[in-house]
Amino acid sequence: MQRLFYAFVAGGLFGAGLFVSGMTDTTKVQGWLDVFGDWDPTLAFVMGGAIIPMFIAWRFVPGRKPLVGGDFPKLPRPEVNRDLVLGSTLFGFGWGLAGLCPGPSVASLSYGGVGHWVFFAAMMAGMAITPALRVSLDRAVPAE
Amino acid sequence: MMNSIPIDWIWGLVGGLLIGTGGAVYLLANGRIMGASGILGGLVDRTGWDTWKERVVFLLGVFLLPIPLYPLYREVDTHVTGNWAVLIAAGLLVGIGTRFANGCTSGHGVCGISRFSLRGIVATVFYIIAGGVAVIIFRHLLGIV
Repeated sequence: MQRLFYAFVAGGLFGAGLFVSGMTDTTKVQGWLDVFGDWDPTLAFVMGGAIIPMFIAWRFVPGRKPLVGGDFPKLPRPEVNRDLVLGSTLFGFGWGLAGLCPGPSVASLSYGGVGHWVFFAAMMAGMAITPALRVSLDRAVPAE
Repeated sequence: MMNSIPIDWIWGLVGGLLIGTGGAVYLLANGRIMGASGILGGLVDRTGWDTWKERVVFLLGVFLLPIPLYPLYREVDTHVTGNWAVLIAAGLLVGIGTRFANGCTSGHGVCGISRFSLRGIVATVFYIIAGGVAVIIFRHLLGIV
């Protein structure tokens, strides 16, 4: 129950932050990416603001346990591989195309209109087919 | 004379602090990385099915909390394109890409960069460049978005 309470608090803070920062406004996101147009630096302030509490939080991790018990997540090896680069490039392309990424797409579902549900449904479909795509890709181009 | 800092930048900073505080709560209380694509993706492909309640409640918070805040904001308009083909293509790319990369703007960006993760930094560089290229092609060359 405690775990669910904190999950709701974290999600709520995330959703509220995405809303007030303007990151669910697709023109602000595309404006940040549009370096050759009317560049909008807002996203840098959002990123900077978000990194501060997280930077502090990471300082508390070593040698401790999470509040509700269990363990902190095992962090991946610092390895740059095919899937990371390919995936991030595909993701970035879609992000620029619509001005939406996964967090803001959820936060804006209540007020973004039907287009946001269309994007959300397509994103979920993309997530659903990824395991199969990865198998096909591994067969075609073995990942080292 | 310099103009004062645009109000959008201040809202951005305030919102960013809220986002990061959410990530801090999720990490320090539940021991989890606050990555939107991972939380969603684990439900969709069932790899995170053992923690489905925590994921659903988190997403419920993301979905619900903007609602009481509508009055705070200047305009509740996302200016999203009405072109469904663009939305579907973009959604598929974001879904597939974030799952391949195992993270998005929140997981790789916020949670990764804040611990100086090499993977987080590399991912962020690639998705920002790709996003910039998409805007150049589809806004400036093709005029679609």
